[in-house]
Amino acid sequence: MNEKIQRPFTASSFNQFLQEQKLMGTRCEKCNALFIPPRAICAKCRSDQMTWVEFSGKGKLAAFTSVNIGLTFMNAQGFDRKNPYQTGIVELEEGVMISARLLGFNPQDPASIKIGAPMHVEFLEIGEGEEKRMQLAFRVD
Amino acid sequence: MTLRNRPIPRGVSIVGAGMSKFGAFPEKASRDLFIEAYKDLVNSVDKGFDPEDIEIIYVGNFSNDLFEGQSHIAPIMADSIGLVPRPAVRIEDACASSGVALRQGIIAIASGMYDIVLIGGVEKMNNLPTSKVTDTLATGGDILYEIPAGFTFPGFYAAMATAYMHRYGATPEDLMNVAIKNHENGALNPKAQFNVTIPDWMEKRKASAKRKGKPVPTWETTGDFLHDDHANPMIAYPLRLFDCSPITDGATAVLLVADEIANQFTDSPIHIIGSGQASDMPMHDREDLTTIGAARYASHAAYQMAGVTPQDIRIAEVHDCFTIAEIIASEDIGFFDPGTGYSKAAEGVTARIGDKPINTSGGLKAKGHPVGASGLGQTVEIWKQMRGEAGKRQVPGDIPLALTHNVGATGQTCVVHIYERRS
Repeated sequence: MNEKIQRPFTASSFNQFLQEQKLMGTRCEKCNALFIPPRAICAKCRSDQMTWVEFSGKGKLAAFTSVNIGLTFMNAQGFDRKNPYQTGIVELEEGVMISARLLGFNPQDPASIKIGAPMHVEFLEIGEGEEKRMQLAFRVD
Repeated sequence: MTLRNRPIPRGVSIVGAGMSKFGAFPEKASRDLFIEAYKDLVNSVDKGFDPEDIEIIYVGNFSNDLFEGQSHIAPIMADSIGLVPRPAVRIEDACASSGVALRQGIIAIASGMYDIVLIGGVEKMNNLPTSKVTDTLATGGDILYEIPAGFTFPGFYAAMATAYMHRYGATPEDLMNVAIKNHENGALNPKAQFNVTIPDWMEKRKASAKRKGKPVPTWETTGDFLHDDHANPMIAYPLRLFDCSPITDGATAVLLVADEIANQFTDSPIHIIGSGQASDMPMHDREDLTTIGAARYASHAAYQMAGVTPQDIRIAEVHDCFTIAEIIASEDIGFFDPGTGYSKAAEGVTARIGDKPINTSGGLKAKGHPVGASGLGQTVEIWKQMRGEAGKRQVPGDIPLALTHNVGATGQTCVVHIYERRS
């Protein structure tokens, strides 16, 4: 049995795991409910007995969009009206969903993106120098 | 679970309601907009009233801190109309801020603590460039887990639209019907930001091109215009510009009093008989992306409190921040079964002369969406319609019961009110 991971159940920990190329969420030790992003208190039974678990990173597309008028930090990555980025919600094979960037679709033909498409996690390196970090993304299989 | 839904312990009436003109006003600060709304309210109170009698003020506002660089807005609004030293409270629940402020006013009166309460809503959005407005609106989403994925507000609702279209077979054209209808209504509302129908808008664009000696667009139908990537650009697939509510400056105000003193102000008060509010998780934690759970909870609580059903409601103002949002809202408030809202819109059921008119004001789409003022703006329209004062957009016949549905952000908040006119 693996040694229990001792990190606080926070976004900071979640992001730290992303830098280590791990997709981590939490499991309630009382009712076994799974959460990603992680939760410190179980949304089902309100127990605070949580433990970190790694997710497989496999899933399918639940909802999506292709953003032409983007956020400033995304525009800084070179996206604009004519070069939209794709984002959405992926349902993981463990049965929970997460918001993430979407990769591998034709940005000029968003109508061709199919809900239910099989997806896998990709740790996307963004930013330069000290700003360099991994962002959560999923790529179509 | 079921939310608390006992009848309101002490009756609450609206005896006045007003709004500023909605639009883009570089020369007006938030307090100027609020003064305009308040003066409109003062004129709406049939028997007049003494502002000295107002006991407390609740102001809905989403993000004046970022939009105007001014926080602590409640005492500033109170002071701008001479109401200090009365308590002034700002309520922030994103786009549901003033709907929730209304609910807090109801609670204040129902508790017996106050008898005469002023509710306001205000948002001054046009000081910032569009890119900064996009960033500011995004703060209503989850900045830890949703915004890093790149979601904008149109993006969130666009994602709901793709889930809805996939499940029910709706198309982007089905969404456009909502925009066409709401612009038809907005064209009849002198306070609306877009006081024009989409066909008239199209003709104006053609006339303008002709006047300037530019090539005249070849659109023949509204559909041609709405499918033109230049005239109606994509914002976040499948939502185009005309699927989105605009960036708006505006303010709203409502005077609430205890039922037993309402006749001092008017012989035609509008009673609030149901109030429901609910919260929800971020979108990725919801079981169903084709409905807004908080809206279903809030609607159920409001109907239970009022002791009425969706069939009893004559008209509704719902939160159409995007066209898909109105379709989902029309199902969440129980007007239509899940997955049928888009075809009801296409059939004209929600038109002003339809069986279930929705957004006779023009909705957020055409009237405008000054975020923190929008919820109360719905109440202003219901006040006018129920009293037969809506002018050219008046719904025919009596309106004994009406409903407002005001959503915060992606649906992490929803507040629903039910209004009654007693003859």
